[in-house]
Amino acid sequence: MTQAAKRRRSTLVTLGFLAPWIIGFSVFFAYPLISTVYFSFMHYDGFRPPTWNGSRNWSYVFTRYPLFWPALRNTLWLVVVMVGTRVVFGLGVGLLITRIKTGTGFFRTAFYLPYLAPPVAATMSFAFLLNPGTGPVNHLLGGIGLPQPGWFNDPSWSKPALTLLALWGIGDLMVIFMAALLDVPKDQYEAAELDGAGPWQRFRYITLPNISPIVVFAVVTGVIQTMQYYTQPIVAGKVASGIIGNSGQQFEPGYPQQSTLTLPQLVYNLAFQRFDTGSACVVALVLFALAMACTALLMRRRGGLIQAGD
Amino acid sequence: MSRFHRVCSAVAVIAATALAAGACTGQSTGQAGDDPNKDVTINFWHGWSQPNELKAINGDIAAFEKAHPNIHVRVVPNVNDDKINQALRTGGSDSPDVISSFTTDNVGKFCSSGALVDLGPFLRKSGIDPERTFPKPMLDYTAYQGTRCTLPLLGDAYGLYYNKDAFKAAGITAPPRTMSQLKADAVKLTKSQGDSYARLGFMPDFHGYESTPAHYVAQWSPTYFDAQGRSQTAKDPAFAKMFTFQKDLVNSLGGYAQLEKYRSTFGDEFGAKNPFHTGQVAMAIDGEWRLGMAEDAGVKFPIGVAPLPVPDDQADTYGKGYITGTVVGVAAHSAKQNAAWELVKFLTTDTNAVVDFANAIHNVPSTLAALKSPRLKLDPNFRTFLEIAQNPHSNTTPASPNGGQYQVTLQDFAYSYESGKATDLQAGLRGVDQQVDRDIAQTK
Repeated sequence: MTQAAKRRRSTLVTLGFLAPWIIGFSVFFAYPLISTVYFSFMHYDGFRPPTWNGSRNWSYVFTRYPLFWPALRNTLWLVVVMVGTRVVFGLGVGLLITRIKTGTGFFRTAFYLPYLAPPVAATMSFAFLLNPGTGPVNHLLGGIGLPQPGWFNDPSWSKPALTLLALWGIGDLMVIFMAALLDVPKDQYEAAELDGAGPWQRFRYITLPNISPIVVFAVVTGVIQTMQYYTQPIVAGKVASGIIGNSGQQFEPGYPQQSTLTLPQLVYNLAFQRFDTGSACVVALVLFALAMACTALLMRRRGGLIQAGD
Repeated sequence: MSRFHRVCSAVAVIAATALAAGACTGQSTGQAGDDPNKDVTINFWHGWSQPNELKAINGDIAAFEKAHPNIHVRVVPNVNDDKINQALRTGGSDSPDVISSFTTDNVGKFCSSGALVDLGPFLRKSGIDPERTFPKPMLDYTAYQGTRCTLPLLGDAYGLYYNKDAFKAAGITAPPRTMSQLKADAVKLTKSQGDSYARLGFMPDFHGYESTPAHYVAQWSPTYFDAQGRSQTAKDPAFAKMFTFQKDLVNSLGGYAQLEKYRSTFGDEFGAKNPFHTGQVAMAIDGEWRLGMAEDAGVKFPIGVAPLPVPDDQADTYGKGYITGTVVGVAAHSAKQNAAWELVKFLTTDTNAVVDFANAIHNVPSTLAALKSPRLKLDPNFRTFLEIAQNPHSNTTPASPNGGQYQVTLQDFAYSYESGKATDLQAGLRGVDQQVDRDIAQTK
């Protein structure tokens, strides 16, 4: 067997072992991505064959589609505020539960259970709890003389209300952080205590560097999940607006006043309700680019964090 | 690059191109060459889900199968428009041959894209003259630019519901006939309680369930598009007059913020705790279905029904209202279009089928013969809706190539305007027109 034939045989064997991944990657990632790019330049209503549309879909989305920029702003707000508060809160709950001596099982269960609630049911419950007219939360706030926000009915409170809902379902992050915190070597804390390090210094110089890969993981997955945020704002908007899309009514995306409109809602609305697959693909590609950019940024930052820890 | 790598790259490029090209699906492949006398099974997707509705539609289908023993109907209930859209796009043996939709919004897309077949040739073949069979407003909302791709299958008419006890207590002897009377009665019927209401005469907010911009403005007989298909909400004074009236009504009843807070105490529109049922509002815009729902909810007070008031300068058109309804059509990809047409023909034109269905689900019959049928169960309140449906001034929202998007755009502005976020009415309506035109241009 010649050298070239050996190399070819080796390459084929390698490709054979890689085949399951290559097929999966091609079918579930490359093909949809190529199709999305392709359709973003086509006029395609799903009924008739697609026709070349040049950059019209792109210019429509960026310059003539009034919902795109509010949806982008809302998505970025949620990525920064919701992901940020979820990570901080999840870490806080994890720290609390790894520190407490009694009732650990109860608190673990209490914090984890809400995560198991189906998103639609959880959102509906929150919409009723936070109802400005009849909800118990405003009743309590009023009872102690505090202002009573409009929550899901008020454009300035609707995203904070969604953030509260996300914090309620913190169970996933709590479990991840608990595992990471329990994995930090105890001897490092003991050495630091002997050197006179206080609680904040121990957290800053021991806990944080040790769990930084988990923090980055939580942020990256949180960013990706938030980029796909769809169910909760739709359900909250529908329940709070009272418009459920029956005869004679048009559902208002992003109720109230587009404050809960996110990019995935636009993708669905454009592709499946307005029959504009091309523009939907443009929004989908913007989402993809944003997710890639955020992930790349965070991964670079992760290297920095680990270096700092080391 | 070695030859092997070049071959791999070429295969990858070809595969990617083939995959991308393969995505170009959704073309109509159906035909009307099937023999409707052969033994065949057709799929019928509809949105009805309540037990009484299912019993009624299944009764109609049983009657059809009895009359056409060779055609079997496989029914898929409780299907919404999003699912129907997808099924019409993808086709396949399990996809629907016949679809029905509760909204008329997508008729423009269905007709212009060819997703549903033009029923004109089928009607001619069956000797059915649409003009002599269906009420004109219903004919209008079931076709788009000359293509009749759907037919009406029962209709909905909107009127004014009022609480007779509240009227009596307030000394009001008759329902309002003009918009100024509506305002006066709404104020008179409203009972304040702190910074809220013990009872509101009328919920004017655009989120107040059926008090949507489209339902309001129908009383001003608007023209949404000009002859060239351009949006003209700023040009047609009907829209500005409606917005001005609604804003004035909102202010007269306590203002937007107070009304919105009160609105958040309302129960579900289609549940027993609807604010009209509970007495939270004394008057409400609603469709004819409310009669049955109120009865089921065990409403304690006597209910009155009247046409919606009209603008003071259009008093002679009193009796009109917004109308819409369920539409039914045949999928273009169906390979059994003749058999599917037989079902559509039966459901939409068989007088007994239409009347029985209307009686069962408290909807307006959709044929001229059914409207006059002695089998029709008539109580005085329901008769009001039949009259609204037949009123020559009654109107609906026109079909558009991108569904109901133009209504969403108008509605978005309406929310901004009533809340005070937008203050310049004419500039806002011009913005609506520009956006609607841009959206439609993008669809074409």
